[in-house]
Amino acid sequence: MPSPTRVVITGMGWITPLGHDLDTVWSNLTKGASGVRPIERFEAKTFSTNFAAQVRDYDFTQYVKDAKRHEHAGTHTRFALGAARQAWSQAKLDDTSLDMRRVGAYLVLDFNNYAFANLNAWQPEQNAIDGKIWAQAAQDRMHRFDEIEQEPIMPAAHLAMEFGVRGPVYNCLTACAASTQAIGEAVNILQRGDADIMISGGAHTMIHELGITGFIRLTALSSRTDNIEGASRPFSRTRDGFVMGEGAGIVILETLEHARQRGVEPIVEVIGYGSSADAYRITDIQPEGNGPAAAMGEALGQAGLDPEGKGADGRPPVHYISAHGTGTKENDSIETRAVKKVFGDNAPAIPMSSIKSMMGHLIAAAGAVELITCALAIEHQMLPPTINLTDPDPDLDLDYVPNEARPSEVETCLSNSFGFGGQNDTLIIRRFSE
Amino acid sequence: MSRRVVITGTGPISACGLGIEPLWEALLEGESQIRPIATFDASGFTSNAGAAIKSEDFNVRDVVPKTYRKALKVMCRDVELAIGAAAAAVSHADMTTKAVNADTTPSIEPTRLGCHIGAGLIAADLDELTAALSTSRNSDGQFDLSVWGQPGMGNLTPLWLLKYLPNMLACHVTIVHDCRGPSNTITCCEASGLLSIGESMRVIERNSAEACLTGGVESKLNPMALLRQHFAKRVAPTPEGEDPASCLRPFDPMANGTIIGEGGALIVVEALDSALARQATVRAEISGFAATQSHADERIGLGTNPSHQEVSDAMSAALTAANVSPDEIDAVFPLGSSIPGVDEAEATAIETVFGERTKSLPVVPLTTITGNCGAGHSALVVAVATQALESQQLPARINTTNSATLDANVNPACECELKHVLVTTCSQGGQNAAVVLSRPEMN
Repeated sequence: MPSPTRVVITGMGWITPLGHDLDTVWSNLTKGASGVRPIERFEAKTFSTNFAAQVRDYDFTQYVKDAKRHEHAGTHTRFALGAARQAWSQAKLDDTSLDMRRVGAYLVLDFNNYAFANLNAWQPEQNAIDGKIWAQAAQDRMHRFDEIEQEPIMPAAHLAMEFGVRGPVYNCLTACAASTQAIGEAVNILQRGDADIMISGGAHTMIHELGITGFIRLTALSSRTDNIEGASRPFSRTRDGFVMGEGAGIVILETLEHARQRGVEPIVEVIGYGSSADAYRITDIQPEGNGPAAAMGEALGQAGLDPEGKGADGRPPVHYISAHGTGTKENDSIETRAVKKVFGDNAPAIPMSSIKSMMGHLIAAAGAVELITCALAIEHQMLPPTINLTDPDPDLDLDYVPNEARPSEVETCLSNSFGFGGQNDTLIIRRFSE
Repeated sequence: MSRRVVITGTGPISACGLGIEPLWEALLEGESQIRPIATFDASGFTSNAGAAIKSEDFNVRDVVPKTYRKALKVMCRDVELAIGAAAAAVSHADMTTKAVNADTTPSIEPTRLGCHIGAGLIAADLDELTAALSTSRNSDGQFDLSVWGQPGMGNLTPLWLLKYLPNMLACHVTIVHDCRGPSNTITCCEASGLLSIGESMRVIERNSAEACLTGGVESKLNPMALLRQHFAKRVAPTPEGEDPASCLRPFDPMANGTIIGEGGALIVVEALDSALARQATVRAEISGFAATQSHADERIGLGTNPSHQEVSDAMSAALTAANVSPDEIDAVFPLGSSIPGVDEAEATAIETVFGERTKSLPVVPLTTITGNCGAGHSALVVAVATQALESQQLPARINTTNSATLDANVNPACECELKHVLVTTCSQGGQNAAVVLSRPEMN
């Protein structure tokens, strides 16, 4: 059942490997550009995956009132500040007198740069650290503020400080599903009447020594070092893992009533949200796709859409699916299975693409960036492609919008995000109409 | 009218042990569990005491189902404690889940059982990581990233990253108990537990689940987390020769920092109709919840103090949501961190909300007994407040002797008529949250 309180998006912003503003990134997405480059942030020559989609030439100071207050902010927090400022400005919130107690935030990020542990304290004979030597070295040599800034709450706390937020502030962390979940729960906070405006989305980087190490060890990353722009190839027969991306996506969520009161035009309406857990394994997705199907099903139910029915125009009720589409063997097969399970005969008629083919996997920020992409698809009546899809997997038989953007009548979009450990989240947005 | 949400079981885990009984016993006796840290050499830190869960009181092998034992090798301590808390909560709620009996129908249909767990920043085990790093030195004996890239990192176990993702607490718990409803991991320092409980309440109200395992668990009893607390200037010095159990004095003018504990609680929150249908004991009703963010002019999270205005805003909003007046609150369970600025914000907020009643309104911190359990703490407090409502007793208050404004000074445990209690917390990240718990009335 649709909630009686309607929630709309009134502002959007992002910092991504394909650019730092809505227009540039959208233009790159529709051109099929790749943001993948050799890793520059650290010397990765000998790593089996030595490439990633990095945010380049980004200076956060232009986006904040007083850069000094954020001088110790981590890389991901700096992304979040830039994306949030864009969203805030698009929503014209500077021109409005707001009751900041009615403004909240629901954000995500993952843990950031673990400092390399100090080898000084290593005792090879005991195969252990000497606690006293370590404590001394760590207190002398590690950077106090850098360590404190690693608390997961810090981007949300910086945003709250920058914008003066006094309402409910949450940070959640459900791996690759996190920002879709954050936005869904923030919508629910608005529907419940606990705030009028929520700043929501995610910011993330794991392009650092231990982040890349961790995913290499999990064998989750593509190691196609001879063709790095072609490495992220969701739905291809030869896909071999995802490419790490980084960045931030932030949306301003607002009750329709509040947006109307201040005379701001909604961009899209959020009409459905679903969340589920696989409760299966920490490393694998439930093979039948039950968890993703449950999340999509709940979101469709909330939106009042019948997945197997047709709209008044004779088309399926959803016109575009932004796939989680990581480019791992497992994800793309199971996601395809789950979409077929939910949409039945409608499935082949719904275009579904993965922008991770172009900007890599932004992990906790991916869901927010992909939701913004859906909103832009509605605005521009254009679907972003899945690039590098020249050798399709014969077992995957949906319409993945291969290689080239496609003009299309898009009114309603569904965005999927699934995380390690079996977290599944789905959002549905629609062009706003009274 | 939204669905009423109640507590049917609590699963605390703390230095007092697993489950509500040993915790409640220690609280009534006023027995602090704070000792010098013995699990690693903490003597290089000025604050080197903590409230640790003793190995004789808790072994995860005793609570993890046999079929899931192979997963123990990818569980960090925080996950182990969450598995323990979940087992205790499910048992206290008299629920059957897959972990209790995989062959019978579970009490709650799995797709209608959610899970929200507050978690901290989980520090990688130093020994494990450094053992791998130590294989990656160059000829001068210094760490060399190119040796790490090939072949050094091969010495790190393939699933290394998955041990330390904060959402692994919820992931393992959902697998063990087959919770397939909405699941989330909230990472807002000490407020995580209350914020998780608030989210579970919303999920049940909007009918996305019948019940949720919810709360928070964290262990900061490791060198990295202790270091970060030192960097944030939040911990109290524990001078040699002084009993560390007396170093934590919430709301006392002598308060000078917190002491680390470990643990937290998972709570079974449930729609009232679901609880009644399965004839579960309704232990308390969650009658109001609210959250705010403290304003910070300066750098946040760096030992600066939360502004008290938003702390009291959270309390007032929770009371309004519960339709309970300040005069009807019979006790307050605060964070009571013993960090001077944080104590001051909390105390001022309590005064703001309760006015003249403040001097005679019992304020009961748990930190003196269990230490500050970080992301688990406010959930642990909810478990205790629930038990207080059920038993109509208040735990002992210890250590604090000179709180000028609050009724938080030394006092033995006592019988007390409790109808509504307020649980409230501040946090290192500036989040504040408050919950009103009420003695259940089933009409």
